[in-house]
Amino acid sequence: MNLNIEFYASLMKYLPPGKSRFRREVKVDDDITLSRLISQFHISEAEAHLVLVNGHFVNCGEDRAQRKLTEGDTVSIWPPVAGG
Amino acid sequence: MSWTRKILRVDLSKGSCKSEPLNMEWAKLYLGQRGLASKYLSEEVDPKCDALGPDNKMIMATGPLTGTMASTGGRYSVITKGPLTGAIACSNSGGFFGAELKYAGWDMIIFEGKSDKPVYLLVQDDKAELRSAEHLWGKTAWATDDSIHATHQDPQMRVACIGRTAENGCLYAAIMNDRHRAAGRSGVGTVMASKNLKAVAVRGTQGIGNVDDAEAFASATNDGKAVLAENAVTGQGLPAYGTQVLMNVINGVGGLPARNMRDVGFEGAEHISAEAMAEPRKSDGKPNLTTNGACFGCTIACGRISTVDPTHFSVKDKPQYQGSSGGLEYEAAWSLGADTGIDDLDAITYVNFLCNEDGMDPISYGATVAAAMEMFEDGVITTKETGGIELRFGDAKAFVALTEQFVSGGAFSADLGMGSKRLTEKYGKPDLSMTVKGQEFPAYDPRGIQGIGLNYATSNRGACHLRGYTIASEVLGIPVKTELNDTDGKAELVKAFQDATALVDSAGLCIFTTFAWGMDNIAPQIDAACEGDWSVENCLETGERIWNMERLFNEAAGFTADDDKLPKRLLEEAIKHGPTKGQVSRLGEMLPKYYEARGWTADGKIPDETRQRLSL
Ligand code: SF4
Repeated sequence: MNLNIEFYASLMKYLPPGKSRFRREVKVDDDITLSRLISQFHISEAEAHLVLVNGHFVNCGEDRAQRKLTEGDTVSIWPPVAGG
Repeated sequence: MSWTRKILRVDLSKGSCKSEPLNMEWAKLYLGQRGLASKYLSEEVDPKCDALGPDNKMIMATGPLTGTMASTGGRYSVITKGPLTGAIACSNSGGFFGAELKYAGWDMIIFEGKSDKPVYLLVQDDKAELRSAEHLWGKTAWATDDSIHATHQDPQMRVACIGRTAENGCLYAAIMNDRHRAAGRSGVGTVMASKNLKAVAVRGTQGIGNVDDAEAFASATNDGKAVLAENAVTGQGLPAYGTQVLMNVINGVGGLPARNMRDVGFEGAEHISAEAMAEPRKSDGKPNLTTNGACFGCTIACGRISTVDPTHFSVKDKPQYQGSSGGLEYEAAWSLGADTGIDDLDAITYVNFLCNEDGMDPISYGATVAAAMEMFEDGVITTKETGGIELRFGDAKAFVALTEQFVSGGAFSADLGMGSKRLTEKYGKPDLSMTVKGQEFPAYDPRGIQGIGLNYATSNRGACHLRGYTIASEVLGIPVKTELNDTDGKAELVKAFQDATALVDSAGLCIFTTFAWGMDNIAPQIDAACEGDWSVENCLETGERIWNMERLFNEAAGFTADDDKLPKRLLEEAIKHGPTKGQVSRLGEMLPKYYEARGWTADGKIPDETRQRLSL
């Protein structure tokens, strides 16, 4: 199935080649979980600090391991960042 | 010294400068900087006074850790009654000015009265004198800084000054120090202008001595620095991307307001983000971000130094703006960008330069322009008011022209300088002002993120993220993640952030340390530097005491629970799309719990037992 991935800040280096600044459409296994998707792109657990699926947070650990993805989902990932 | 135990009192009406001892009884209760100066203000100023009259005072205050080897220990604050809000104002700034003031041997300077003619204060260690500033009046903050340096021929001298917007009566004028650093919010620069005080120039050579327990202090500050270096946010994220990394995060979670908060979510966010700032541009192959920068003694270095594309319309014929200067921080990028609907990075970087050059708060300025843009699009104001400018959302050329017109006091500048509350009231559209207590919102929408709305509503200086940055928890998961749209537990969360921040702002440290430090990292540094008990518990109680004291000042100034509110738009107009679709702020669920958590009455008053508990 096709998914949209968005990697930001220092995680941009893990994006496959493509035109858009942060976004890629990628083909993945139909039964892929969120944590498998993250490791497939070589992003470590510590680096995947903020993870959103369609704009909603998914906590690290079990929630990500359990979380199934569906066609067309957008997964956005940030390393530990802050501002203010 | 942690405290120098000396105050410089400058009577501008009489032209006198006198030294007096610091009240150490108060220092033990209020620590320094924000807390201690607010205590002096509360004792010496009638909260009902005219903020721009001679009875108001303006205090420049350092904290006990300012100028020491503690990381980020370079902060100072300006405390006064604010003209934008009529509430207590406290604006905090980094750079190098605060540490220099400490090296000159002063904990704080209290300015009172009003000078007949423009003056600047020259402080060289123990010597302080007022000098004529008639040749500086009418100059920008940058030109003032240059001129004072040229006069005194001392590159080590540090200058805090106002630009033309303050002189013109803009109610959100800032005090600029070290060119790009600002005591930015609530119009502290306007108070300085009202006293005919153009600048404060300081040179100190006395260094720091008398730390209470030097060995323990070296050890506590070293431990603190190790924590900052090892933490991924303060060690890597902030130096590399600055605060601007939040642009895509906040947009991604459905919390980024746009176009005067008419919308939530900005389609142009990525073009004005930290990642965009780091990309090489086509014209000269250089990125907008030239380098990062640090304030005095800071081991984080989140500051941005930027250049505008020299071929960009805003600076093409202006070589003086083609060099590098203070770049965009997140809040400014939001107000000057998303809130005006403008996604032109170079245009908003240039407008930010102008805000620094002429000393104004970019948050209030951008948000006031956004309110004006909405009124223009609604036909409430026309080119007749704006000086011929078609003031539409998203129009970078119009925004640049408007800002150039504004800083030089041209058409529409008196209106824009009022801030959005007075501006929208003047044109009969008060509901279009996105403010609390008259001060404009920063870059987080209270409909998408519940706790920050409660913090805005209850902030003692009007809408402000830096009074209690619950975004750390609600979005960034620091120290623990709470749900954006939950209201449960938010009263306690807001109180905890507000109290801890009040303490950090009173110590001389930067609030960004708290992305890595807890009170257990901060208290030992204060405890080693200062005499008295500065345990974690006492530090937290001191923060709570300061918060309540500020509230008492506002109460005496005439504020009530009725001022702890958010604009109707945020309570009634639901977010139209994105992950937070359908949400409004549920302030009403949180506010009673907040009063209860604070030990206040149901109508937001501080009862005797809470006063007694906090020794108020
Ligand atoms: S973290 Fe940033 S704002 Fe704070 S002291 Fe360091 S450079 Fe200045």
